[in-house]
Amino acid sequence: MTKVLELIGITKRFGTLTANDDVTLTLAEGEILALLGENGAGKTTLMNILFGHYAADEGSVRVFGQELPPGLPRATIEVGVGMVHQHFTLAGNLTVLENVMLGSEPLTRARSARGEARKKLLQIADRFGLPVNPEAKVRSLSVGERQRVEILKALYRDARILILDEPTAVLARPEAMRLFETLRDMTKEGLSLIFISHKLHEVMAASDRVAVLRGGKMVAERKTSETTPGELAELMVGRKVERPVRQDHEIGAPVLIASDVRVEEDGELRLDDVSFAVHAGEILGIVGVSGNGQSSLGGLLSGLIHPNAGQLTLLNEDIGHLGPRGMIRAGAGRVPEDRHAEGVVGELSLWENAVLERLRTPEFSHRGFVRQRAARDYTAGLIERFDIRGASPDTRTRLLSGGNMQKLILGRVLTNGPRFVLANQPTRGLDEGAIASVHAELLAARSEGAAILLISEELEEAVALSDRVQAIVKGRLSEPISADDADPQRLGLMMAGVWKEDDDAA
Amino acid sequence: MMRLERRTHVPLHLVAIAPLAAIFIALLLAAGLIAAAGVSPLTAYGEMLNGAFGSRLSIAEMLTRATPLIFTGLAAAVAFRARLWNIGGEGQFFVGALITAWIGHSLGVPGWIGIPILMLAGMAAGAALLAGPAFLRLRFGVDEVVTTLLLNFIVILFVGLMIEGPMRDPLAFGWPSSVPVDGEYHLPDLIPRTRLHIGLLVAIAAAGAVWLILARTVFGAETRAAGLNASAAAFAGVSLPQTIMGVALLSGALAGLAGSVEVMGVTAGVTTTMSPGFGYAGIVVAMLAALHPAGVVAAAVFVATVFVGADAMSRATGVPSFIADVIVALCLLTMIVALLFTTYRMRR
Repeated sequence: MTKVLELIGITKRFGTLTANDDVTLTLAEGEILALLGENGAGKTTLMNILFGHYAADEGSVRVFGQELPPGLPRATIEVGVGMVHQHFTLAGNLTVLENVMLGSEPLTRARSARGEARKKLLQIADRFGLPVNPEAKVRSLSVGERQRVEILKALYRDARILILDEPTAVLARPEAMRLFETLRDMTKEGLSLIFISHKLHEVMAASDRVAVLRGGKMVAERKTSETTPGELAELMVGRKVERPVRQDHEIGAPVLIASDVRVEEDGELRLDDVSFAVHAGEILGIVGVSGNGQSSLGGLLSGLIHPNAGQLTLLNEDIGHLGPRGMIRAGAGRVPEDRHAEGVVGELSLWENAVLERLRTPEFSHRGFVRQRAARDYTAGLIERFDIRGASPDTRTRLLSGGNMQKLILGRVLTNGPRFVLANQPTRGLDEGAIASVHAELLAARSEGAAILLISEELEEAVALSDRVQAIVKGRLSEPISADDADPQRLGLMMAGVWKEDDDAA
Repeated sequence: MMRLERRTHVPLHLVAIAPLAAIFIALLLAAGLIAAAGVSPLTAYGEMLNGAFGSRLSIAEMLTRATPLIFTGLAAAVAFRARLWNIGGEGQFFVGALITAWIGHSLGVPGWIGIPILMLAGMAAGAALLAGPAFLRLRFGVDEVVTTLLLNFIVILFVGLMIEGPMRDPLAFGWPSSVPVDGEYHLPDLIPRTRLHIGLLVAIAAAGAVWLILARTVFGAETRAAGLNASAAAFAGVSLPQTIMGVALLSGALAGLAGSVEVMGVTAGVTTTMSPGFGYAGIVVAMLAALHPAGVVAAAVFVATVFVGADAMSRATGVPSFIADVIVALCLLTMIVALLFTTYRMRR
């Protein structure tokens, strides 16, 4: 097969850090190549060099046999390389068509050629199986649709090589699978694709070939058909990683009980009379396609959202209207869905974040003054106990990697000896090593008798950790099933809203 | 192609250099205007420095001018740290001044007890004036930039009303001035035979107190968290309404105290012209100080130097003293650009 893209001996240094170390990579026509690696392995840097966002210190980039000048994104676009970023670069107040046209028209033209552009867009959409409404405002689109617009934007500029950076980070499982089918079809139209990922099952499902980066070096290339997830995991992490396994043990009395809780936000029903109970020493998993009420459930159990009807009790205390501070005092530990937005204040130090929930307790303040010595000592303990790497109590929190940040949040929650723990998407965006340690911590808290509610979009995770599983669909909860009975088919049906309803058949 | 990249760590020397560079560039830009007025910028700036530091008297005058700026600078710094955009320092200054003159005219207690009472009254008035906009923001989401800014004009018109009417000083020979505070409540001089009064020490003490509150207390820590990431702070149980209201009361009180101290230390009565924009200049002071209380004292001295020095420069060279306002305003702009370079770096 013909090589459409070659990266030869790419090296890129940032100060003392070598982000890419002599990386060589080729892409054949019509191929889907997965670029696999943990966070910080250098995947994004490599693609940014290819795309001209960075200039490599050494090495060269050839596209269709022609060497690209370094550091010129426009040149890269012109030879037919398109990039779909993990964080979309769309203007929400413009229409799909306007977003697609943006930047591909010369500024000097007096009249914009909307009609032609529209025709071309619809043609491309049809040819590649990416249906869109050109006149819809991007703001009103779902995440999956926005991604489609990003891909169309690249194709509109006649991209023949497409690079997708973590394309499924924002997608639910079924959407992700649909995306991969679309990508597969696109290769039949002569496109060649590279997608960046750290998720093994995606790589196995969607790629022809896998290139594994670790610590900036290309450590292996495999044909997808000739490798296994186990081998790839080991190559990616550099050692054997195994997720911890849940051990059977005695489940205690109910700790947190929700009965017929109804939540409305902005006049819309988000949680529709949900009832569940989490017992001491139990992990209850809530699975579902994103956007079915998980955020409201998370908000409710964090104390940020109050029930409009129904009751929420923690050890027989009504906690529905306590608010975050009251919830913490009542013995709830909460791991938020978005660690950057809600978990930590990035500009503050580790110790300030570590004690923020408990600043007003005698342990960390006296007559309104913060006991900084105690707070720093406590944080140093967390760093050691939870293996938070490369940080001291005075480090700024935003400098931590996602995994280490999550360990800090878990540490803050779990050292309080919580009776109830909310773990909302606790491993989202984390790499394999960090996932294993988050799982181990949650299972350890379970062994100590905490009642844990796990909200997760990762089915493997939910089934592996949970004792019981409930599905959430359009704000309603299914009856719980034991995790031992939870096979993928049954869960899939539950997540699609198919379960036995005894109370009402409406 | 140039790119801005966020720094992982802001080195300390940059924090110190940024305001100095901002001031330097602002002076450079203003030099163009001075040259256009037909005067050598070096001569003009020399006269300016001389006017502020040339004699015991001029230093005392400069520090007298710096005193209210320290208070209003602290007021802005405290508020801005919590992302409460208090643009109403000028109005809070005037209500603090007005209530001090009103109560202080006929309080009838000895000075040692009356002066603290009057200061507290000024603080309470300033705090009350900012509590309104803070409440409107918390309750209805009304933008406090608009409300605090517009209140300034309302307050100054109200001051005009009071000093032409109920609080008019009959002994002022027709000058629009309020009744003066009782002589008992004049702040003692710090340097004899100058206007410099012990208000300067109060201002420096206030800077210390503000630093202590922000850096060491639970309230300060919660304020910082809420200012930097409100949703994470709320998630961790920090009450945002309490924090914003607390900050509003502190900020308003500091600006009100500026007015109170200015009346007891300098003017005795209130006039609508007693402030050359202390409230607004406080914003510049806070920005130049990078919102740090110790920096506020230094930045206030600088702005006072420009104000006092410009008068001297104007007398000596004929360049209008309005150049002071231009320089101070330019400093705000250059400082904002400088802050961009301390948080980001250029990359090729």
